[in-house]
Amino acid sequence: MSDLNVRLGVDIGGTFTDVVLEVGKQQYSTKVLTTYAAPENAIIQGMHEVCGQADISASEIEQIIHGTTLATNALIERRGAKTALITTQGFRDVIEMRTESRFEQYDLNLVIPEPLIPRQQRYSLRERIAADGSVLVDLNGAEIERLAERIILAGYESVAIGFLHSYANPDHEQRVRKVLLQKAPNMMVSLSCEVSPQMREYERFNTVVANAYIKPLMKSYLGRLESQLSVEGVKCPIFLMHSGGGIISLENAAEFPVRLVESGPAGGAVFAAHIAARYGLNKVLSFDMGGTTAKICLINNQTPKTSRVFEVARTYRFKKGSGMPISIPVIDMVEIGAGGGSIAHVDSMSQIRVGPESAGSEPGPACYGRGGSRPAVTDADLVLGKLDPDNFAGGSIELNLPASAKAIQVELGDKLDMDVETAAYGLVEVVDENMANAARVHAVENGEDLSKYTMIAFGGAAPLHAGRLCEKLGVERLLVPRGAGVGSAIGFLRAPFSFEANRSVFMKLSDFRPSSIAGILTELGNEATSFVRGCDAHGEILSEYKVYMRYSGQGWEIPISLNEAQAKNPNSSEYQALFEQDYTRLFGRKVDGMDIEITVWSVNATTKVDPVEAIAETVASSDLSSNVTQASTRKLFDPARAQFTDAGVVSRESLHEGDRLEGPAVIVEDETTIILPNSRYAVQQSDGCIDIRAKAEVA
Amino acid sequence: MRENKKAKSVVHQVMWNRLISVVEEQAQALIRTAFSTSVREAGDLSAGVYDVDGRMLAQAVTGTPGHVNAMADAVAHFIRRIGSENIFQGDVYITNDPWEGTGHLHDITVVTPSFHNDSLIGFFACTAHVVDIGGRGFSADAASVYEEGLYIPIMKFADKGEVNLPFVHLVRGNVREPDQVVGDIYALATCNEIGHKRLLEMMLEFSLDDLAGIAEFILENSKRATIDKIAALSNGQADGEMTIDGYSTPVTLKVQLKIEDDYVACDFSGTSGIDKNGINVPLVYTQAYACYALKCAIAPEIPNNAASLAPFVITAPVNTIVNAVHPAPVALRHVIGHMIPDTVYNALDKILPNTVPAEGAGTLCNFQVSVRPRTDITAPEHARRAEVLTFNSGGSGARPSVDGMSATAFPSGVMTMPVEATEHVGPVVIWRKELKPDSGGAGEFRGGLGQFMEIGPSEGHECDFSAMFDRVDHPALGRNGGQSGGATCIKRSDGHPMRGKGKQFVPHGCTVELEYPGGAGYGLPENRAPELVQRDLARGYISADAAHRIYGMSNETVAQVMESVERGEEV
Repeated sequence: MSDLNVRLGVDIGGTFTDVVLEVGKQQYSTKVLTTYAAPENAIIQGMHEVCGQADISASEIEQIIHGTTLATNALIERRGAKTALITTQGFRDVIEMRTESRFEQYDLNLVIPEPLIPRQQRYSLRERIAADGSVLVDLNGAEIERLAERIILAGYESVAIGFLHSYANPDHEQRVRKVLLQKAPNMMVSLSCEVSPQMREYERFNTVVANAYIKPLMKSYLGRLESQLSVEGVKCPIFLMHSGGGIISLENAAEFPVRLVESGPAGGAVFAAHIAARYGLNKVLSFDMGGTTAKICLINNQTPKTSRVFEVARTYRFKKGSGMPISIPVIDMVEIGAGGGSIAHVDSMSQIRVGPESAGSEPGPACYGRGGSRPAVTDADLVLGKLDPDNFAGGSIELNLPASAKAIQVELGDKLDMDVETAAYGLVEVVDENMANAARVHAVENGEDLSKYTMIAFGGAAPLHAGRLCEKLGVERLLVPRGAGVGSAIGFLRAPFSFEANRSVFMKLSDFRPSSIAGILTELGNEATSFVRGCDAHGEILSEYKVYMRYSGQGWEIPISLNEAQAKNPNSSEYQALFEQDYTRLFGRKVDGMDIEITVWSVNATTKVDPVEAIAETVASSDLSSNVTQASTRKLFDPARAQFTDAGVVSRESLHEGDRLEGPAVIVEDETTIILPNSRYAVQQSDGCIDIRAKAEVA
Repeated sequence: MRENKKAKSVVHQVMWNRLISVVEEQAQALIRTAFSTSVREAGDLSAGVYDVDGRMLAQAVTGTPGHVNAMADAVAHFIRRIGSENIFQGDVYITNDPWEGTGHLHDITVVTPSFHNDSLIGFFACTAHVVDIGGRGFSADAASVYEEGLYIPIMKFADKGEVNLPFVHLVRGNVREPDQVVGDIYALATCNEIGHKRLLEMMLEFSLDDLAGIAEFILENSKRATIDKIAALSNGQADGEMTIDGYSTPVTLKVQLKIEDDYVACDFSGTSGIDKNGINVPLVYTQAYACYALKCAIAPEIPNNAASLAPFVITAPVNTIVNAVHPAPVALRHVIGHMIPDTVYNALDKILPNTVPAEGAGTLCNFQVSVRPRTDITAPEHARRAEVLTFNSGGSGARPSVDGMSATAFPSGVMTMPVEATEHVGPVVIWRKELKPDSGGAGEFRGGLGQFMEIGPSEGHECDFSAMFDRVDHPALGRNGGQSGGATCIKRSDGHPMRGKGKQFVPHGCTVELEYPGGAGYGLPENRAPELVQRDLARGYISADAAHRIYGMSNETVAQVMESVERGEEV
């Protein structure tokens, strides 16, 4: 990719479509409102804007990389196609019965979310494959024919096929597809053995159903986008960001649209990973906070952590289990209902609770003056002096401080016998603590200690809260990069072409078969490489090998990375040592005498990305002249000391490399505001990044 | 800042949230390291943090309400038995006493004292259901607790950091799966250590020397909030009753419920006596489920701790099946225990109408398969032995304004295992696992559907099938005119009858055909919205016959709905 000079990154979000154009080292960006009916229109508008800024024509763009929430939204809003599921007889209700448990133990009126496809659209065939892949009951050709005709007659646009143990033997799924396509060549068919070849039927079936459900919509959108862009003069290929943090071709994306879910946040993680590489940081916590949610991701050795399954469309306070599981390679992050628009109330224990309900952009927080009367996080930020009422979003929205104060007083202060500042302090402390707890739990699940991490904050609301979060988490260093407002779209431009192929095959170390292991990994490697080759015909392709291991009898695997030699010449004692080392790091001690097993195999093929230009960290000179003179001051609340202090206000544009600023201070810019707590100081870096650190005397 | 006291209360709230997050982390660590399927797949565990007096300050919300009160009481027993002069840094304590722990020998409770600056500041405790504890295995077949397995009185697992190795050897020699059980004991100790580490971080951050201040804040707020909730109810008394299958003779559960100004009392006088088989329930477990039921209905959002549980007073006469004392057999105490919430609701409904659900499946539909090479003729080479345990759920009862949940556990909160995972555990094939039409009790709001399930040994194998089902003869009863849910059915594919409980042989080539019970309905079926009846018919939740006969749908409409189903339309 390194030889390309003009590249465009486009991220379609819920509210805004972010467009970033890079011409050499120059970067141009814009935010335009997302156009729901025809999302490609916003892209075209944004593209022309940035091309105008750069004074180039659309035909000069050499590569477009696109990520979108459209797939996610289609699942959340249930706007997919008429879709049928064909499954094993006796298992028609797998996607409806889920794990047979309640995700909230104390709610007597709990409502379980409906499956994507209602029961009458789920069909079954007599067939059965065993756990080892052998055939227990063969398919009956006449039955397939009859069912295919029924499905075609009923007018389904898309069909998902999911049979038990198909990850071990895909033959039955493939045979049914063949019959369907013979009778209806234009039918869109998705197979579970291709979309998600992993054990655990609920996750796999749900994933293939989700893929089939959004496929007609996404295919038509991507087709329209391609032709519209061509009409506008674009001549270059278009690629798509996927949830695993890499790029795939438009054709692959149209075939496996479920891989586009969460592509925006994945771009954000790639963005943070790039900043981490620039600063040579090996332990980074990315913190992305927008209007309705906050996303937290661990980035070790400049690579975002990945996972094989995640949950989309949570219906109940973002609670684990209330959404639907999607098992595809994905950047692992926690998402909680905490954003600038999250609404606060007082519960029966006289405690302040915040979110996940959000005021959104309509009516928005009370301070927007659009009819919102319940206090949101932004209202509290305003009352505490973190936001300037006359200078929000570059002055485009005037914030109404009295409206915020009233909402907080009525909904919180009066109920708790607190003045408005204390109530606002309570609100912000609760939301910050919620985010800190989510980060802590995520770190513990990964056996990590956050105090050794550097935080990278981006997204509109993150810089307002990141400083306090660092205090809570004992994180000593915080970076707020430039372009934080369009971080995901920039991340798209930093991502490699990549494809991760996974398969479930069980093997115990006591029954270690080196030749079949090498065989599995080679096969997966070929599969992943061929996807990447389709995007980049010449570039060097790297393969990352991973196996998921556990003690035989446990239910949770831990991912173990293998180098090429370990993958090509597998050796059981080496695998055991790798596993025990990681297990000990995670859980303190290994368990002697237990057999170890491998459950999932994975190969991720990626192209090389441009080497990141490392930058030397700028240290503020001890010379007093590097201390920024603060043009003005305002009252800012310091939650660590529970009192107001006088904080200097400076504009980010006025800062120069090496400038040092002491907290408490407020750094303002159009897209966001950076709060520098009393415990911190900031130094402007050569790339425009603000480097915030704990003061020695306070830490 | 007007009052510093108020700011302090904000800090206290932050610390309360943190403590809850600490115990959630503690529980997560246990799930990830445990070996027993009951813990790692199903969530049969609990974890909590306590002050120096053994008062529970926070408890993780896990899959097992059965541990709620039992855990709250456990640490006090440990302090008493170990003796406060005998508690040292590095100690770890252990028990599986059904009466001082959580109700049966399979649950191991581990308690770890927490020290800060060389002073005792509190305790962490956790409990997990281990895969085996020796004795007769996980079944109701023992005549006393002595036959149910290894008994571990409250004792030190580690003394000042030194693991008690003779104890570990003793455990190894007495259980069927020594590696896994010992692995689980270590996992329990590890999870307490993780809780302890997080607690120390919190104390450093907030410059705390002890937990006294935050403990008072939590307990005071919880007590006041719970009592406020109770005070808002009208006082009253009511009786509730439910009869279920039992082991060989039916069991009747009776409760007298009393709501006063500042407490709620349940007494189980009149309940059937001790059973000869291991389905008896220690009082701690009865208290847990009764309390869980009341908290769901009255104060669901108040976290569990010593003070929020205290206003719920649960009693039962000694030697009733819900207050079985030593040495009664108690291995399958969950079979009766899971029926306690519905019994309590039958009483509560008379005082608090339109709040509680109709009766549901109640007891989880669990079974264990002991599979082995066939013995009738020579078994093939590859044939092997395995123990396969599965958890399954029937339907829950309809609610006053919502249908019941199909194939979803209540009151237990555990998860089922994936069929594909179960078939990897041992040589069995699950041939069917899907919703059972017409098993949800009819009503204005329909009960949740039960399931069909069919399982058999793989080619070359035979098995013993250990059943733990109820509601064969006593299906869930409806409320306010709602109808009963479907009953449990169990039989062999060759037509041989089977019992709802006990170990039974399944020969090579045969399968077990099961029907799990549905939840009961709420309100009269004729009041059900016609569009919901049509939707249920289209989805096959109910048959055409039921739509016509019970809900009065015209034959014409039935035909229309069936046509739209053929066209693949949503209704």
